[in-house]
Amino acid sequence: MVMRIAFGFLSGLVFGLGLVLSGMSDPAKVLNFLDLAGTWDPSLAFVMGGATLTAFIGFRLVWRRTTPAFDCTFDVPTNTRIDRPLILGAVLFGTGWGIGGFCPGPAWTALPLLAPGTLAFLPAMLIGLWIGNHGKHLQIFAPKGATQ
Amino acid sequence: MEMELRTAFTPWASLFGGSLIGLSAVMVMGLFGRIAGISGITQGFLGTVLPTPGAPRDRDWRLAFLLGLLAAPLAIMLGGGTISQSVPANLPGMVIAGLLVGLGTSLGSGCTSGHGVCGLARLSRRSFAAVLTFMSAGFVTVFVLRHVLRGAW
Repeated sequence: MVMRIAFGFLSGLVFGLGLVLSGMSDPAKVLNFLDLAGTWDPSLAFVMGGATLTAFIGFRLVWRRTTPAFDCTFDVPTNTRIDRPLILGAVLFGTGWGIGGFCPGPAWTALPLLAPGTLAFLPAMLIGLWIGNHGKHLQIFAPKGATQ
Repeated sequence: MEMELRTAFTPWASLFGGSLIGLSAVMVMGLFGRIAGISGITQGFLGTVLPTPGAPRDRDWRLAFLLGLLAAPLAIMLGGGTISQSVPANLPGMVIAGLLVGLGTSLGSGCTSGHGVCGLARLSRRSFAAVLTFMSAGFVTVFVLRHVLRGAW
């Protein structure tokens, strides 16, 4: 239990250091990455590239083990269906990302810096997550013939 | 939004920071066997304070992970580093942005980390579709706000 918490904290710390050092936690950089027609800053492509490549190699190394260190199974999503909630959710998320320049991780790491924009964004994000979680179980999002 | 300040292109710092993000995703997979998706981890946190359907049950490491995220900027400042950041100051805009990000990542089952980093690294079809969609929505949104509406809102 203590080890799970210690290593959970360490993982979050490494993630957060990565967000801050890469510039991903600065909304100005994110919005400039998304501004192809204006003050474009391609840095974020390097963040995503470095992160994805490291995870691509690292996942394959850790999957050689039969179990993770502190759990019984590797719990990896098996759903391959590209459905309505996935696409609608991604459209809403991308729109909010383009307005505020924050996605969930950077919003957390920015919180201790207490910028007014962050203090407005984060509680709204939590409310949105909670509402979305309830809405996800509504009938309108159930794809035809799909089982949940 | 209203700010349109230039930011420096930082390929090496971004590549290095990105590798740390990837390393963290590998740690979470190797230690806990889970996807390091911040929206899912945040739902684990919400599940401890509110009834949240489908929130993950292994909350111990998720809460510790969030504390680690919060500790990161403090650690950098304690180490004598400075953090440059400019957050949009349009507060109603930031509330709308937060709501959309929360709604979207819960409906779409993931964000930049879960679908972006982890999903692409797993070569998941769903995640490729999600990343293409949210990136496109982000490009279109910034284009409309900065070049069509020109800060008129």
